[in-house]
Amino acid sequence: MTQPRTLYDKLWTSHLVTAEADGTSILYIDLHLIHEVTSPQAFEGLRAAGRKVHAPNRTIAVPDHNVPTTPDRLEFIKDPEGRQQLETLEANVKEFGVPYIPISDVRQGIVHIIGPELGLTQPGKTIVCGDSHTSTHGALGALAFGIGTSEVEHVLATQTLLTKKSKNMRVLVDGKLPPGVTAKDLVLAIIGKIGTSGGTGHVIEFVGEAFTSLSMEGRMTVCNMSIEGGARAGMIAPDDTTFAYLKSRPYAPQGENWDKAVAYWRTLKSDDGAHFDKEVRLSAVDLVPHVTWGTSPEDVLPITAKVPDPKSFTDPNKSKAAARSIEYMGLKAGMPLEEIKVDKVFIGSCTNGRIEDMRAAAGVLKGKKVAAGVGVLVVPGSGLVKKQAEEEGLDRIFRATGAEWREPGCSMCLGMNPDILKPGERCASTSNRNFEGRQGIGGRTHLVSPEMAAAAAITGHLTDVRKI
Amino acid sequence: MEKFNVLKAVAAPLTLVNVDTDMIIPARFLKTIKRTGLGKSLFAAMRYDEAGNERPDFVLNKEPYRHAKILIAGDNFGCGSSREHAPWSLADFGIRCVIAPSFADIFHNNSFKNGILCIQLPQAEVDKLAAKAATGNTAGGEFTIDLESQTITAPDGAVVSFNVDGTRRKNLLNGLDDIGITLQSAAKISAFEDRQRQAQPWLA
Repeated sequence: MTQPRTLYDKLWTSHLVTAEADGTSILYIDLHLIHEVTSPQAFEGLRAAGRKVHAPNRTIAVPDHNVPTTPDRLEFIKDPEGRQQLETLEANVKEFGVPYIPISDVRQGIVHIIGPELGLTQPGKTIVCGDSHTSTHGALGALAFGIGTSEVEHVLATQTLLTKKSKNMRVLVDGKLPPGVTAKDLVLAIIGKIGTSGGTGHVIEFVGEAFTSLSMEGRMTVCNMSIEGGARAGMIAPDDTTFAYLKSRPYAPQGENWDKAVAYWRTLKSDDGAHFDKEVRLSAVDLVPHVTWGTSPEDVLPITAKVPDPKSFTDPNKSKAAARSIEYMGLKAGMPLEEIKVDKVFIGSCTNGRIEDMRAAAGVLKGKKVAAGVGVLVVPGSGLVKKQAEEEGLDRIFRATGAEWREPGCSMCLGMNPDILKPGERCASTSNRNFEGRQGIGGRTHLVSPEMAAAAAITGHLTDVRKI
Repeated sequence: MEKFNVLKAVAAPLTLVNVDTDMIIPARFLKTIKRTGLGKSLFAAMRYDEAGNERPDFVLNKEPYRHAKILIAGDNFGCGSSREHAPWSLADFGIRCVIAPSFADIFHNNSFKNGILCIQLPQAEVDKLAAKAATGNTAGGEFTIDLESQTITAPDGAVVSFNVDGTRRKNLLNGLDDIGITLQSAAKISAFEDRQRQAQPWLA
């Protein structure tokens, strides 16, 4: 009898080209996603060595990180450096024959939104991209992780990675999420429990009713932030929810191949008794909405809590970090989180820029007005999300409240396009990182769900959405 | 890739935990199509004030640490974004070795591919090295990192051993290029592709 294997073990083994005695392996990559920021130096490396792209049909490029989200972006990108990166991407995909989705295409969007949306992301695939949030695609039962530019060049040249296997970690969450509590709160609570290095060296499999009862969009939110828990990748075994989501998407298998694929995909789950090197267990039933107070995603608490006292941390390094965070964030220990006023609200990103997120935020905002002095930016994750949201009238709901409805892109998640916070500005944000300066120099970020972001937009301060 | 054998240099202590890659190099500096020239933007927010002047209390703005080639760092160094601009900016500044209790996976990977040696040691050992780099008569002294023998010699002569993955060590010692190594297996890659085309025709 064969040893019981985890889902990760199965995907790893099925993509091994070679394996040395010390574990160094050549791993085949089924799908390589490319964007404008982490690829120019990789193409430059190929050119310098006289190498070609090994499998252009397994590669797809789309600009997302530094594209403006205002409608005038089609005419001219004002920022000369951003423009140069876009032009470089366009020249590179042309020279190397890589499929490309330009910003004028309705399918353009954040690379991690469009992969699943177009059906490029499939169970059982190995997927990489020069972006840490590639872990998103694990929600469909793929092995997906972020790589650096040297590895982007390696994948372009060989369609493989030279790497070693990570360890297996299981995060088991029993029960369903209560009303008003979302996939974002769930993943924030998990990060709060394991810390930002809790998953380092591991691939996490999320197991339990809390995940199987989530929509695909919710699962993507969870896997997206696996990296914030330090994990190499996060994944959820594919099931009927996954297959229903994928069926008829443009790049999904068709006809006879669909049936073959589904039969194979049904085998993609951890065997009973498979070994996990690390395990964490939580319960979903008593979870409440979460919000970050500091400058690391592990600085997270229920919205009903208060800003912690740095002295309450036993580890002196954590205590020092908490004091630094509280000072940067302009907060005071002991202050109720619900009393924190916001200047901006950002709804979007690869964490929460999908159609379900747009619907959730619109559901809270419908018939309400944005609080005086608060600027609200709603940025759909892709052109197709935008189109569908507009067909459902969500854009009209957002505009009627006083929010701005934008073109797709990474926007205010990362401070490298025109959508940034000013020094000292405070933002309730559905993105994934609350690092110092992440949303702009001196900007202050509180990570929340789309529903919680919408609630903050209405009241002007962090608010428990269950009260609205 | 530049080889790494023996490095004798000043070590700068920067022991804050969870130093993320946005802190190492903020996103606004990623709008480049080159690997070089990023050293001036390393740790930009901590290193410069709003007007762009050096903050005198930041370690890399002080003598002799502004010539440091070694960084002694806190737990979970390099967490966050996969940007290789982080090791590029460290390398461009002159840092060839980072010592920390733990590293984030992607940063760790990216560093070795750019000739930067990441050494993981227990927190207590890192604390001792950081103290030697910062205080007493060893402050600002030179540390010697020997990758062949996997030892760190502190300015006071104390020796600490470390362990680096065998393959990474070999590649650093010889300055080997990964793509060249992998392409020696080109026939096996193409055989894998043939097998996969048979077994999973929907992927082709």
